[in-house]
Amino acid sequence: MNSKKIIGNAWVYGDNIDTDILAPGPYMKASLAELAAHCMEAIDTSFACQVKKGDIVIAGDAFGIGSSREQAAQALVELGVAAVVAKSFARIFYRNSLNLGLPVLFCPDIENVDKGDEIEVNPETGVVTNHTKQQTFQCEPIPPELMTIVNAGGLMPYLKSKFAKENKSG
Amino acid sequence: MSINSPQTLAQKIIAKASGKQHVVPGEIVTCQLDLVLMHDSSGPRRVKSRLEDLGAKVFDPSKIVLVSDHFVPATDPESAEILALTRRWAQDNLVNHFYDMQGICHVMLPQQGHLKPGMFLVGGDSHSPTGGAFATFMVGIGATEMTGALATGEIWIKVPETIRINWSGELPDGCSAKDIMLFLCKKLGMNNNYKVMEFGGETVRAMSMFERMVLCNMSAELGGKTGIIEADETTTEWIKSTGQAVDIDALDWQSDNKAKYEAVYHFNASDLVPQVAAPHSPENTDNVDVFSDVTVHQAYIGACTGAKLSDLHMAARVLKGQKVAQGTRLLIAPASVKTTEMAAKDGTLSLLTEAGAIMLPTGCGACAGMGAGAIANGENCISSTSRNFKGRMGSPDSNVYLASPYTVAASAIAGKIADPRLFLTNQP
Ligand code: SF4
Repeated sequence: MNSKKIIGNAWVYGDNIDTDILAPGPYMKASLAELAAHCMEAIDTSFACQVKKGDIVIAGDAFGIGSSREQAAQALVELGVAAVVAKSFARIFYRNSLNLGLPVLFCPDIENVDKGDEIEVNPETGVVTNHTKQQTFQCEPIPPELMTIVNAGGLMPYLKSKFAKENKSG
Repeated sequence: MSINSPQTLAQKIIAKASGKQHVVPGEIVTCQLDLVLMHDSSGPRRVKSRLEDLGAKVFDPSKIVLVSDHFVPATDPESAEILALTRRWAQDNLVNHFYDMQGICHVMLPQQGHLKPGMFLVGGDSHSPTGGAFATFMVGIGATEMTGALATGEIWIKVPETIRINWSGELPDGCSAKDIMLFLCKKLGMNNNYKVMEFGGETVRAMSMFERMVLCNMSAELGGKTGIIEADETTTEWIKSTGQAVDIDALDWQSDNKAKYEAVYHFNASDLVPQVAAPHSPENTDNVDVFSDVTVHQAYIGACTGAKLSDLHMAARVLKGQKVAQGTRLLIAPASVKTTEMAAKDGTLSLLTEAGAIMLPTGCGACAGMGAGAIANGENCISSTSRNFKGRMGSPDSNVYLASPYTVAASAIAGKIADPRLFLTNQP
């Protein structure tokens, strides 16, 4: 399974990054790629064009608050974001992310991270390391029940193998 | 905790849905779904290919309610395609409870008598907590999870803690459930994650189902997992009025007397004054008079939160015999076709249009920035909807203020944000 390390550069945002910031309503009819190109533009126009595969988003409270639109998490996945570490998450966003295979970690204590810092995330132990600042934070690990889904790459691949097994045995 | 320890209403419903006597907060259980709600934006267009990919069929077409409300009526070829796909999917999957352009999903569900106390449901929309007004446990989920729910008829859930919010005293004239919720967004903040918000007390008991729906609807803005209200005669009377039978145990869906809440709050409704939330968050709420300098370009009465029959009645009480100000436009999008029909019958519609209101089609419309009524750069809109995030109703540099239908109507007349108590007339 993919217990490979998640290491990337940080993009740092504050509290209440809502689903309209992540997936702006006016682009909801557009393709995922186009929608993702407008991700965060209401607060940071550089994000969508400069974020690199493997980068990590660090944020404050209530990340992903608002609508149930899965595109909020999908846009981040599309742009290559490898993990989100926030003080807290809105619940639908949290579930959506894990269902899409995007590791998201509650980290109430995280602080002192600057844009570009090198961050390492271990979703199973909940340890987040800021290599640039040489600081370590203990976050809430993702529960094992849910880690199975994340490791499978999300709920769809997970269900797919489950159905395939059932069909074989049935 | 013993097997007989008291439970909250939410715990009782989760216990029943997971085939247990008793559940405790923190426990992860698998629940059977009594009903699944989907709409055109998050529904078939998102789940169709996923289900095909899985090689799975829907678990039970009779337990699915599908509503087209987000992209109606189609404004361009893309939305028309989405609607066409929604219709084909309903047909192909034998989904009979398909309400096509009949109203907003959270209003259609109760209007058509789908909600009964004790049910466990999911909806593909973040305002799914609205259903909790009927003593159900209803949560919102995203599209991938919806695929799983449709394929398996079940969903995992971590049993949540419940926060009890009691209101006593009489709501002053000109205040409504919307003012209560804006007040609570400020008071309790928007980060009550994973908690169930249970509303009670004499003020809530005295409320109509329409108003109770607003409390549960905006539990989403409090960040809660869902909102819930215990069943009483008002609940069962509503169900009867839809032509549905009332289950014999309907009134049993209550929290136990000694149930353990994570927190209990008490507020007095008679102290409330009309509330307004400033851009760009529902928690930026203050008393209406703080905003009396704000020019209003657009006043919008719409959405599941703020365009039910009761909301149109509130607006009409303010607009009766008045005119919308020069330079301000008042747009009204009733929450369902039936709402429009009732408002036409009882004379409300003509009061609204005589005052200069522009009637828009039923649907989510401008609430989600998908339909008619978008706002331009630098414009201010006061709206009876539930969310005022940056860019939600149009340009990223527009401003949305949230308020009750009373206050939206009063502001339309004044051309500035205004206290509705200055304009109230008797019930039309
Ligand atoms: S009216 Fe607005 S809040 Fe209600 S379901 Fe539609 S988009 Fe969501």
